[in-house]
Amino acid sequence: MWDTEVKRVSAVKRDYLARLAKEGKRPDGREADEYRPIKIEKNVIKNAEGSARVKIGDTMVLAGIKLEIGEPYPDSPNEGAMSTSAELPPLASPEFEYGPPTPSAIELARVVDRGIRESKYIKLDKLCIEEGKEVWIVFIDLHVLDYDGNLFDACSLAASAALQNAIIPNERHDIGKNESLPVGSPPVSCTFVKYEDFIVVDPCLEEDAIAQARFTVALDENGDIRAMQKGLSGSFTVDEIKNNINRAKIHAKNIRKLLEE
Amino acid sequence: MVKLLIKDGIRLDGRKPDELRKIKIEAGVLHRADGSCYLEWGENKILAAVYGPREALPRHIQDSTKAIVNARYNMASFSVEERKRPGPDRRSIEISKVTSEALEGVIFTELFPRTMIDVCIEVLNAEAGTRCAGITAAAVALADAGIPMKDLPVACAAGKVDGTVVLDLTSGEDKEGEADLPVAIAPRTEEILLMQMDGHMTYKEFEEALELALKGCKKVHELQREALLNKYKDFEV
Repeated sequence: MWDTEVKRVSAVKRDYLARLAKEGKRPDGREADEYRPIKIEKNVIKNAEGSARVKIGDTMVLAGIKLEIGEPYPDSPNEGAMSTSAELPPLASPEFEYGPPTPSAIELARVVDRGIRESKYIKLDKLCIEEGKEVWIVFIDLHVLDYDGNLFDACSLAASAALQNAIIPNERHDIGKNESLPVGSPPVSCTFVKYEDFIVVDPCLEEDAIAQARFTVALDENGDIRAMQKGLSGSFTVDEIKNNINRAKIHAKNIRKLLEE
Repeated sequence: MVKLLIKDGIRLDGRKPDELRKIKIEAGVLHRADGSCYLEWGENKILAAVYGPREALPRHIQDSTKAIVNARYNMASFSVEERKRPGPDRRSIEISKVTSEALEGVIFTELFPRTMIDVCIEVLNAEAGTRCAGITAAAVALADAGIPMKDLPVACAAGKVDGTVVLDLTSGEDKEGEADLPVAIAPRTEEILLMQMDGHMTYKEFEEALELALKGCKKVHELQREALLNKYKDFEV
């Protein structure tokens, strides 16, 4: 499916990045297996039930959590529900446009959603108000504020951090005192891109723009795999995928520490 | 109540863990399309049609260096137990995107600048594994349309059910099981064109599941080849 977010990179820059890649170097001087500095700030939006602003290098994402009362799904009458959406507003990049979510934004939100859902981070079974009638629905809304590459990890981290100290707004609905949202252990996602047969973790903007293939894996606290997504039209070999997962295990451990601080 | 999905190494539908469901592939089934394929995979019934390369419109989407591959995965409203609202939902938009990307990986798009290759995948009856079945059908339809490709892509899923790694999940196994791992490859090189996963697997289980999925892909690939050869068997040289 064609996408309106065409990422334009000049031929000169493309050549430059290819030349660097051959020497195993990256445009910002990082090692292939090195993240940019990560900064997590929690509870930055007063009106949200939970929120977090995450920076990975110059990429900045704001996640806000809202809880609403709704009907449960018929196949899980005593469980709450969750919904994740991502917005790529034009303030974050000259390439973003107003309008309904693009396929890229939908993919982004769904990959973040899978990591959280499959690791059972939100304890949905504790979000039932009245079986079959009323449950809490957790809305995770991701706002990209500044796009400098690697939205998958930034959004996933922001969502995890925002959920970490979210509350259930019982008082707003006159059904008791506010309480914290029951959560388990968060998933941590790691994203790699491949260009010119060079695989790097945490792609910066230029690397995102020329990436031929992308791979995201979400790991739980035991290093088990909870979700994966390969994207873009390039391919990975089986060994490259395995190598990525093993590299991700080490990164995820470090990122998890930041999340728990 | 806990229902056992695997008993004495045999699954509910009678298959062994490494066994595929029954697959039937037919190439060139539609009249108007440039290439087409009908595929049955268990209870999945899928039609794929290819149009193009044709002029990409509106013009501003044209790429002066290559063809755009535009796959659209669509589920019929009656293809699932509870009626699906017609039109693209978020799930089908994502599947369309990763399918387009997987197919683009093998097509020589640079041969057809400013054009679009449309791949329509219609799911008429769904029973788990539709994205893999869709890619498999789309590949046959692309070959049937004579689109030059470096390989004939193929997809198959593996997963984990009752703690056992199994091939080609049914919808019961997908729902009740622990993990699902759809994979698409270029079979000659085993390059991975699509990979998604949800659920819970250790790294070891993942390795096992991936190996199983690759084996499954290769078996399905043989059926794709047969379907294409079959279409032309009555032509005289």
